Amino acid sequence: MEVLMSLIVGVLTACGVYLTLRGRTFTMVLGLTFLSYAVNLFLFATGRLVVGQPPVIAAQMAGYTDPLPQALVLTAIVISFAMTAFIVMLALKAYAELGNDQVDGRAGQGGEP
Amino acid sequence: MNMNLLFVALIPLMGAALTAWVSRFGRMGSAWTAGGVTLLALLCLLPSAAAPFDGEVIVQRWPWIPGAGLDLAFRLDGLGLLFALMILGIGLLVILYARYYLSEHDCMGRFYAYLLLFMGSMLGIVLAENLILLLIFWEMTSLSSFLLISYWRGREDARTGARMALTVTGLGGLAMLGGFLLLGEIAGSYDLSVILTMGDVIRAHPLYTPMLVLILLGAFTKSAQFPFHFWLPHAMAAPTPVSAYLHSATLVKAGVFLLARLFPVLSGTPEWSWLVGGAGLTTLLIGAWFALFKHDLKGLLAYSTISHLGLITLLFGIGTPLAAVAGVFHIINHATFKASLFMAAGIIDHECGTRDMRRVNGLWRFMPYTGTLAMVAAASMAGVPLFNGFLSKEMFFAETATFFEEHAWGWLLALAVVIAGMLAVAYSLRFIHDVFFNGEPVDLPRTPHEPPFWMKAPVAVLVAICLLVGTLPAYTVAPLLQAASAGVLQAPLPGYDLAIWHGLGLPVLMSILALTGGLLIYAARRPLFALAARLEGRLDARAIYDWALGRTLDFAGAVTRRLDTGSLQRMLLFFMLSALTLGAIGFIGGGSSLTGPRVLLPVDGVSILIALVLVAVAIGTLILHRQRLTALIVMGALGLLIALIFVKFSAPDLALTQLTVEVVTIVLLLLALYFLPQQSPAESSRARRIRDLGVATLAGGGTAALTWAILSRPFDSISGYFLANSVPGGGGANVVNVILVDFRGFDTLGEITVLALAGLGIYAMLRELRLPGPTHDDAGRPWNWDAHPTIMAALARLLLPLALLVSVFIFLRGHNLPGGGFIAGLVTAVALIMQYLTNGVEWTHRRLSHDLHPLIGWGLLIGTLTGLASLIFGYPFLTSTFTHVHWPVVGEFELASAIAFDLGVYLVVVGATLLILVHLGLMHGASHPKQGIQQESR
Repeated sequence: MEVLMSLIVGVLTACGVYLTLRGRTFTMVLGLTFLSYAVNLFLFATGRLVVGQPPVIAAQMAGYTDPLPQALVLTAIVISFAMTAFIVMLALKAYAELGNDQVDGRAGQGGEP
Repeated sequence: MNMNLLFVALIPLMGAALTAWVSRFGRMGSAWTAGGVTLLALLCLLPSAAAPFDGEVIVQRWPWIPGAGLDLAFRLDGLGLLFALMILGIGLLVILYARYYLSEHDCMGRFYAYLLLFMGSMLGIVLAENLILLLIFWEMTSLSSFLLISYWRGREDARTGARMALTVTGLGGLAMLGGFLLLGEIAGSYDLSVILTMGDVIRAHPLYTPMLVLILLGAFTKSAQFPFHFWLPHAMAAPTPVSAYLHSATLVKAGVFLLARLFPVLSGTPEWSWLVGGAGLTTLLIGAWFALFKHDLKGLLAYSTISHLGLITLLFGIGTPLAAVAGVFHIINHATFKASLFMAAGIIDHECGTRDMRRVNGLWRFMPYTGTLAMVAAASMAGVPLFNGFLSKEMFFAETATFFEEHAWGWLLALAVVIAGMLAVAYSLRFIHDVFFNGEPVDLPRTPHEPPFWMKAPVAVLVAICLLVGTLPAYTVAPLLQAASAGVLQAPLPGYDLAIWHGLGLPVLMSILALTGGLLIYAARRPLFALAARLEGRLDARAIYDWALGRTLDFAGAVTRRLDTGSLQRMLLFFMLSALTLGAIGFIGGGSSLTGPRVLLPVDGVSILIALVLVAVAIGTLILHRQRLTALIVMGALGLLIALIFVKFSAPDLALTQLTVEVVTIVLLLLALYFLPQQSPAESSRARRIRDLGVATLAGGGTAALTWAILSRPFDSISGYFLANSVPGGGGANVVNVILVDFRGFDTLGEITVLALAGLGIYAMLRELRLPGPTHDDAGRPWNWDAHPTIMAALARLLLPLALLVSVFIFLRGHNLPGGGFIAGLVTAVALIMQYLTNGVEWTHRRLSHDLHPLIGWGLLIGTLTGLASLIFGYPFLTSTFTHVHWPVVGEFELASAIAFDLGVYLVVVGATLLILVHLGLMHGASHPKQGIQQESR
């Protein structure tokens, strides 16, 4: 199971990195979303993988998984939404002001630095 | 416990804000407030003022950051008292003077607010017990003096002068920080009461010399000692009341204050004598020389200030107890006569419209009173008997004479000192003769006359002090001088005599030489002026400063241009590669194996399927990313799959959060995509794509390996505490929620604040933003021919109460079962957004207030108040409490104070999410005005 989790984090990171390196704002936002998925899963994984032991105290439970990474990731998910929203608006604003959605605001440029 | 010293420093700082605010009700209000604030600080000082005269040292402390050895600790001894009295006393006079000096166009509130800010910082320096605290106030004086010097911000020279002062004193402050850290490490404490008793240990320490050099850099830059003296004349661009304050009793005296403060610890070594004495002597001579040849009245005073600061520094450099007493005495005398001279110069400038001594002549006829006052002050500056400057200068000469008798090369010092004395007499004479006599005024912009009485009054007070101290020293200044000297030396005082006549001897001879020599120099000034004019521009420290500044800026620019070519992609590539390199270095150097010993979970078929789908979806998004809408929809599946992962691995709260956030995110991206191009052009070259793919693969491989390394290792968690205390301490069975609202509630408060800020930031960005959305798609079909499908709209309306009910349910059960404020907030937001989407913005706004800021504000307020409530009951911030109440029908119900905090979280989440989406949606409506009207008529 751990192999699958590592694979997922790796694939999400790779897709995120590739998309953030593209030259258009919207693609970059997609890339950042991928990266936040990857980071959230990674943080979650620091509590190790435990099946069937949610951290909700009950009488008949044998044990509980680590609740701390979950609490951290919960707020991280909400904050990544806020940050994604902020960057999207920044992209819109840049598009309105510059007339193109190239990340450096250079119209008609092939994205080559 | 008595905290009056803290308030002495704090009252002016708080008064600054008050003064700025009061100024909106009238110009004079701020002057009165500033004066009142200063008086209040003075009153606050009085209860402790008697103690230093009995040799007591008052120390008041308040723990601030005890772990870093930092207390809000203040001390009052003779030295601190002397400086505090000078700062507040001369401050009062300057406030009175400035009220008449500033013109109608000058903003009084700003002036007095800056002045009080500076006053408070200065008081902090002289009353600080802790070195770090002292340094903080030291930097605050640099900043506030920058504001004061650049008060006339429209003027180029004011801005340059202020910047120069800030650069030089700021650099010195940085060096001083290093010196203080060394000193604190050597002494094992940052408290002056400890450090001042450890002189022998500190002087014998191997780090003594670097520490000394660093601290002296701070003191010398502040006190304008050679070679850092050049900033002071440029600071003359400030309004004259500022110069009178900064360059007499305060800013530049901070450096010599520090020398005096640390005198028992640092002095008495050859390094000290050479560095401090050398800098002092050079500054004394250079300042006196340049002062004579300045045509600008304030320029003359500026260089004379430099020279007198050199004199004081030299006295501390000589290092004998008597010299230190003389240094303290001259600090007092210089403050009085220099402040009055600056004020007199300001009056002359104010009345004549110019300060150029080649044009300002013969003013005696126009302003005899001001002339008399200026003459007394100038005589004191020259060291004429019966004025206070004479007494300390006499002590200074006596000290150099002693030095002369004890050292083989001492006669050189005595000679240099006499020459400086001659120059001082000459420039004082010039100040009086050139301005008040020497022919008629030349082409003045205004006809001079006596200034208003209250503008002269501060000068008169200071001049009276000069006279009283000069004639009756034993009855006036003696006790204060004794207390202050005791504060400097921290040891029994040497015997000294404040008499005016000490009998014939070398000091008197030196005084007579200086007076006659000064007269002769002034009489023979013409060839000297010609010489000075030829030397003009040489030996200019400012040129070196400009050169160094230019080179630094060039270097910084070159580095920036090399690193930042204005391409985000390039920067990101650098960033990714650096992260990869650092990761690789850490991994290769780590030495442990990748796989740990933890027992792994068995794999089942469903998990494999989900993982494969997830990978396929991710790669699919990657391939399709140029078809933006398709890519977005495919990516939507990702969030759902990740929610499934959370379900699988015992994280129901995360699954719920992920699910709701995913919905909101996709809606947001869809709305945004409407305004953006629907496709990304293929613009990267093949090589570039392969390169990026390589980087991405490496990054993915790295994180996968890292995840694997973590997952395969056993671990120790601090969560045992949370699990054990969740029910008994926090009153909730859902540990994740209890952590959020109780154990780590402070973090959550910070996080919802970030959310609120992001929401408000987006709102600010979207205001005034107009983007034309497309009316047709690529195939030429109208974009939304049926904006609000009836069946869907009706269904959504039906669903709303149900959705809200679910959200209330999730909210209430959150403390004990998966749920809570974050998730409930998101559910509510999704339910409301659905109404916007299906029924349109107008329809919804008619039924729902669209003013969402109060919601966010209330949320934050409730969260903070819940935290503060526990403070009132004496518990740490955000401690929660709970009780069980019996509700009819519902039964036993738990009521926790954390639920109020969770309510705050809920409100912020709803408010911020809706704020973001609704305003984006409104922009959407604005881009199609016609459809908006149709909607109205429907």
